Amino acid sequence: MSLDKQDVQKIAHLARLALTEEDASQYQSSLSSVLELVEQMQSVDTEGVEPLSNPLEMTQRLRADEVTEINRRDAFLANAPSTEAGLFLVPKVID
Amino acid sequence: MLEQNISSLIKKLRKKEITSVELTQSYLTKIQELNPSLNSFITVCSESALAAAKQADAAIDAGTAGPLAGIPIAHKDLFCTQGTLTTCASKMLSNFIAPYESTVTARLEQAGAIMLGKTNMDEFAMGSSNENSHYGLVKNPWNLNQVPGGSSGGSAVAVAAGMAVATTGTDTGGSIRQPASFCGITGLKPTYGRVSRFGMIAYASSLDQAGPMARSAEDCAHLMNAIAGFDPQDSTSAEVDTEDYLADLNKPLDGLTIGLPKEYFGEGLDSGVADAIMQAVKEFESLGATIKDISLPNLKLSIPAYYVIAPSEASSNLSRFDGVRYGHRCEDPKDLLDMYTRSRAEGFSKEVQKRIMVGTYALSEGYYDAYYLKAQRIRRLIKQDFVKALNEVDVIMGPVAPTTAFSIGSKTDDPVAMYLEDIYTLSVNLAGIPAMSVPAGFSNGMPVGLQIMGNYFAESKLLNIAHQFQQNTDWHLQTPSMEKGA
Repeated sequence: MSLDKQDVQKIAHLARLALTEEDASQYQSSLSSVLELVEQMQSVDTEGVEPLSNPLEMTQRLRADEVTEINRRDAFLANAPSTEAGLFLVPKVID
Repeated sequence: MLEQNISSLIKKLRKKEITSVELTQSYLTKIQELNPSLNSFITVCSESALAAAKQADAAIDAGTAGPLAGIPIAHKDLFCTQGTLTTCASKMLSNFIAPYESTVTARLEQAGAIMLGKTNMDEFAMGSSNENSHYGLVKNPWNLNQVPGGSSGGSAVAVAAGMAVATTGTDTGGSIRQPASFCGITGLKPTYGRVSRFGMIAYASSLDQAGPMARSAEDCAHLMNAIAGFDPQDSTSAEVDTEDYLADLNKPLDGLTIGLPKEYFGEGLDSGVADAIMQAVKEFESLGATIKDISLPNLKLSIPAYYVIAPSEASSNLSRFDGVRYGHRCEDPKDLLDMYTRSRAEGFSKEVQKRIMVGTYALSEGYYDAYYLKAQRIRRLIKQDFVKALNEVDVIMGPVAPTTAFSIGSKTDDPVAMYLEDIYTLSVNLAGIPAMSVPAGFSNGMPVGLQIMGNYFAESKLLNIAHQFQQNTDWHLQTPSMEKGA
């Protein structure tokens, strides 16, 4: 499986990564070599084998719907690049 | 003084032969001396460590001390430590002060251990050489031209060079065992779910597991007693009773059956490594074990399956780094999309971006079945191989890695060659079983690690086997000469 530059830009867009032209050609070869490596999987017959997502085959545990956390707004805002009046600031979204 | 094990340090601290302040200061001095050349620490917490040591001494006096009171350790910089810089060795988190504490570090603090600092690693735990860190590469104290292994390279080096009594690490595809092997220390990757993932910065959530790294199996058992056990804060934490991991260390090994998988001794294995492993196996025979040849036929498939599953989960986990709530944000974003894409491109290294893109591709429309589901089906085949083998034998042994530590820069241009390094460790994470790396000799002057793999929740048995080996060998007591000379 080899990718062209357009494929790489499409994947980068889905992953929300800004790539320069030069980056895109680098990733074109490095992604292709990883995809080549994983291609080995296709030669294995897995007919009737169920996918395994949790090695212990446990299902997600649910907790009671109760408030367990205290409000720590200031502590969490402290790491944000930009805040105002207790809110996270982002570039303007709606005109 | 720096060569003591945890059991003897606990005794000395309780008998007042030494104070925790003295002990902590001696490790801080060692860090100051060696870290400039090894780069094992990202953050050193001198002040808070000495303050905690003072408290530990007071608790020992008052008779209220926890089991690890006063023992200086360090944490991989992937565990959130409240109020301390927690970077995951990434530019993305280079300004992140964790607002909460991980369960692993909280439990060790509760037990009285002193945090000396946060150790270097491959960025977001993605790497096998610790060359991929925003804070620079880490060097192997046995040979400064060679890598320490990764991703928990800083943690391994801190123990090997005597800069901490023990450290924490995490293992997604070998990141505790391979650096332990390369640096000549002992490391344990517990069963998936045995140790809480709460407060660990996630790489691949169905594979990630935290564990101890230390000189000996006994020291690892001390740490396991603090960190193992159910945690309601981790939705995949196993609700299985813990044990006293020190209790079975001295059980004799009579009647133990060891399986040697032929796939671990085939093409690509360095002959010096093979010799050391076979010598270790002979030692176990003399301790009363029986050896049996076994097969794990799908071993080779662990590489492609892992390099689909881990990047897929990483692409999902790392989507949280959006430049909004924490982490790096680019200058003057034009709009929201520009902010996301430039913040992420600037904050993540090339290797991290590559894995995110591999995962994004594998999960994207039209490819999900062929990649992600296919990899998960192969994952079941790999698990079945282990389950079958562990019905026939008590434990499985083999090398941790095909070679000893390699030269800095020798594999950075060929990422696929780097991925192939993980051939003996990845399958253990895919199956979710526990495994250890135990010092078992040297090849060309560099340490060789023996891997011991066991059944689900058999950590006690693994520690017992490793401890018995260490009672009869002294590989784990060997230290690099820079440590002796310093």
